[in-house]
Amino acid sequence: MTVTRAPAGLSVLDRPNSYIGKTVPRPNLDRLLQGRGQYVSDLELPRMAHVVFLRSPYAHARIGAIDADAAKRMPGVISIVTGRELERVITPWVGVLSHLKGLKSAPQHAIAVDKVCWQGEAVAAIVATSRAAAEDAMEHIAVDYEELGAVTDMRTALDSATPVIHASLGDNLAFERTLNAGDVDHAFSESEVVEADFVFGRHTGVTLEPRAVVADWNAAEARLTIYQGTQAPHMVQNIAALHLGLKEAQVRVVCKDVGGSFGIKVHIYADEMATYALSKLLRRPVKFVADRVESFNTDIHARDHRCRGRIGVKPDGTITAFEIDDLTGIGPYSMYPRTSAIEANQVVNLVGGPYVALNYRARARVVFQNKNVMCQYRAVGHPIACSVTEGLVDLAAAKIGMDPVEIRRRNLIADDAYPCASPSGMKFEQLSHHVSLAKLLQMMDYDALRAEQAALRARNIYRGIGIASFIEVTNPSAAFYGVGGAKISSQDGVAVRLDAQGSVICQTSITEQGQGSESLTAQIVGSVLGVSMDRVRVTLGDTDNTPYGGGTWASRGAGIGGEAALQAAKVLRRNILDVAAAILQSTPAGLDIVNNSIVNAGDGAPRMELNELARIVYFRPDTLPPGIQPELMATRHFVPRQYPFAFTNGVQASWLEVDTETGFVTLLKHWVVEDCGTIINPQLVDEQIRGGVVQGLGAALFEKCIYDERGQLTNANMADYLVPMSGEMPDIEIGHVVSPTQETELGAKGAGEAGTAGAAAAVANAVNDALRPFGATITEIPLTPQVILTALGRI
Amino acid sequence: MNAPIPVSLLVNGEPIDAVILPRLNLADFLRDNLKLTGTHVGCEHGVCGACTVRIDGEIVRSCLMLAVQAQGASVETIEGLSDSGEIADLQAAFRERNALQCGYCTPGMLMTAQDLLKHTSVPDRRAIREHLSGNYCRCTGYQAIVDAVEATAKTRAERAA
Repeated sequence: MTVTRAPAGLSVLDRPNSYIGKTVPRPNLDRLLQGRGQYVSDLELPRMAHVVFLRSPYAHARIGAIDADAAKRMPGVISIVTGRELERVITPWVGVLSHLKGLKSAPQHAIAVDKVCWQGEAVAAIVATSRAAAEDAMEHIAVDYEELGAVTDMRTALDSATPVIHASLGDNLAFERTLNAGDVDHAFSESEVVEADFVFGRHTGVTLEPRAVVADWNAAEARLTIYQGTQAPHMVQNIAALHLGLKEAQVRVVCKDVGGSFGIKVHIYADEMATYALSKLLRRPVKFVADRVESFNTDIHARDHRCRGRIGVKPDGTITAFEIDDLTGIGPYSMYPRTSAIEANQVVNLVGGPYVALNYRARARVVFQNKNVMCQYRAVGHPIACSVTEGLVDLAAAKIGMDPVEIRRRNLIADDAYPCASPSGMKFEQLSHHVSLAKLLQMMDYDALRAEQAALRARNIYRGIGIASFIEVTNPSAAFYGVGGAKISSQDGVAVRLDAQGSVICQTSITEQGQGSESLTAQIVGSVLGVSMDRVRVTLGDTDNTPYGGGTWASRGAGIGGEAALQAAKVLRRNILDVAAAILQSTPAGLDIVNNSIVNAGDGAPRMELNELARIVYFRPDTLPPGIQPELMATRHFVPRQYPFAFTNGVQASWLEVDTETGFVTLLKHWVVEDCGTIINPQLVDEQIRGGVVQGLGAALFEKCIYDERGQLTNANMADYLVPMSGEMPDIEIGHVVSPTQETELGAKGAGEAGTAGAAAAVANAVNDALRPFGATITEIPLTPQVILTALGRI
Repeated sequence: MNAPIPVSLLVNGEPIDAVILPRLNLADFLRDNLKLTGTHVGCEHGVCGACTVRIDGEIVRSCLMLAVQAQGASVETIEGLSDSGEIADLQAAFRERNALQCGYCTPGMLMTAQDLLKHTSVPDRRAIREHLSGNYCRCTGYQAIVDAVEATAKTRAERAA
């Protein structure tokens, strides 16, 4: 698409009364504040049945006989369906993408057939008049399992003595990527080389509303309506149609309020597919809402990497090379349709990304295991790459006795060096590492903090400062999924129309899970049109009622959906001014729209209210001059073409205290400086960053899915899997640098994942900074008291 | 113990008579039987706080209480507190400060915040953070919520002065 630059003079972004760059409350929050939201778990339909899934207690087992006779006689039971029976309604899938060369996976069924591959995989569906009745019946199903050896340790998954999970694949290697840029060996031979093993726990998203779906097959219409808390309605439509043997036009996906997503709800889960199929099979609405135990056992997990990293550094602080060898275990299947190789691929792409060093060697291996599936969760790969890179940079600084800030100053890519590319081939349009770092140091008063740290150390109080620079992938083009063959749209569309009372109705293909998609769309459309926000109504999350598009994930809503909204509003504005000129016997250039009225462009004198224009167009078109056919609706789509991703950058700092007796970490303060280009709503950007930081802090200190050697998840509940609570979280101060992307007129890049990308790295560096007097270095998260006390030699 | 039994209670001031299974928890009773879906279910084991309601003036987790235990009690939910206007200022502060994103924790969070504000006139940030620690929010990182509660406390104190 050709981007039209703003006309000379005022651009569409800084017109009078523009909402761009202003903090305005999100529209329609009262609905959520008064408990009147419409989450899928709230939905009831006539004749609706409830499904629960009998799930495997074994990590790996052959399924023998399933005896459901007694269960079928239980009160309220409508049907009990096994994988074999459901296979006749829905076909299996394989989660691979062609651009991830060599990625392999095995066919996965909606309900397991013959074999279960992780604890929690569904073995049978029980459909009943209520969830309680279905759960009662579930207790009476007997399954013969033959337990098989479970592959649980990623480090031995490729050993010849380890069982192969899917015999047809030959081994447990899902994907391997290597990269070799520059001359790493030569660089290392002329440098001090520091290395460390970085270990990342398995996390999950813990959306407060569990995954929920109501599938409603209307046999008379031959149409399936799926109500689902999803980030990508058109993707769900495509996949459901494909595997149920329907045309996409026969599937409607509706997504109203979603109780948290964070990447958890951007995938296709087997139990959701089973629910669609059960509705078709039973010809009635079927509802599935995961309970919390199911969430822990089946919502995608993420991270769980072990990465050996090496860095070369010269005595003057010049970083010469990075090298990584990354290993991750993804569970028994590559997730569908985005695959489970993306995180490792991102790690390879991003390590060393903020720095000048051009020598870089990487290997990433992705292996199968008998644990829950892993896939993309907020900030995919970024926390790993950032923790490894920034951990190595701090180790290098310590090795040569340089301040962590100084080594970054000497190696971060210069702010005037753009456009440029990273050793892994990532293209950077315009980043701002140095000005961001300078701003961060000023915000935190770095020198004073160092002085305070030193003073407290004398009193045996161990505080640490950790810094982490990062880059973030946002606004992904088709390079992410489309080129690999996945039908996941990278473009988004927005339709805007003026209604008969001069209000604006706007339909967008991006979705809302609380980020502010509705608000940013209304702000952009209102600003461009000259209409107040309270007159703009935004519709999202309905494949029947929005243009086709990707949805909200990978920090793409504002940058891609926002640009489509801007371009659509520009066309509508032009169309409105054409009609106004005809009515007012003026010219479009001589008129403007301000405060819901047509005004003279020159002196601003009001000429006609928009509702009057709309009245004439819709009800008295007979009074318009001949040949005028008003078009008070416009649609535009947008996809980035010039850059595969709009990279953003930023830097975080953590100030914390370690209790060396108990191993507890107290977070005292956290700072972020972030550059997401044009800021549409400062408050919403800041809150995205704060929320993202806290998810990263959870990963740093608390969160870990703990499996035993038989593949049993031992902490699948909220009391044992710890997430951040308000009492433990610090206040987070945020600053901005603004480098708009020139690829769009809006100039916005994403901000949804920046917080999560760098938070854990900043905390880990701060803990190591605090422990420096003890000579202890920790490169593992979560930094639990046990990990810290072990490093201190206390336990 | 498995036969349905009658229960009478007040919900948001409205007398309710129902015949329910003893095992039905209060959260499910409010949501499924009374269609008061503003009370959310997040964990069903008393950790997340999304199902917080008020019973005879005290906040409780409705997932940890059986509906039959509410016999004779006065139960207040987010719908009741909203319609009475009791927390209109707190809700406005949440809106202004964007102290909610997905909104799923919000009804429980408002219930708990109002409980604090009723018992402590101007709590400091530490006290607010401590009091809200039984209510999980996965979206905001909590700071905006603390800000909104703090602002409401100050406004109420000024109004009372």
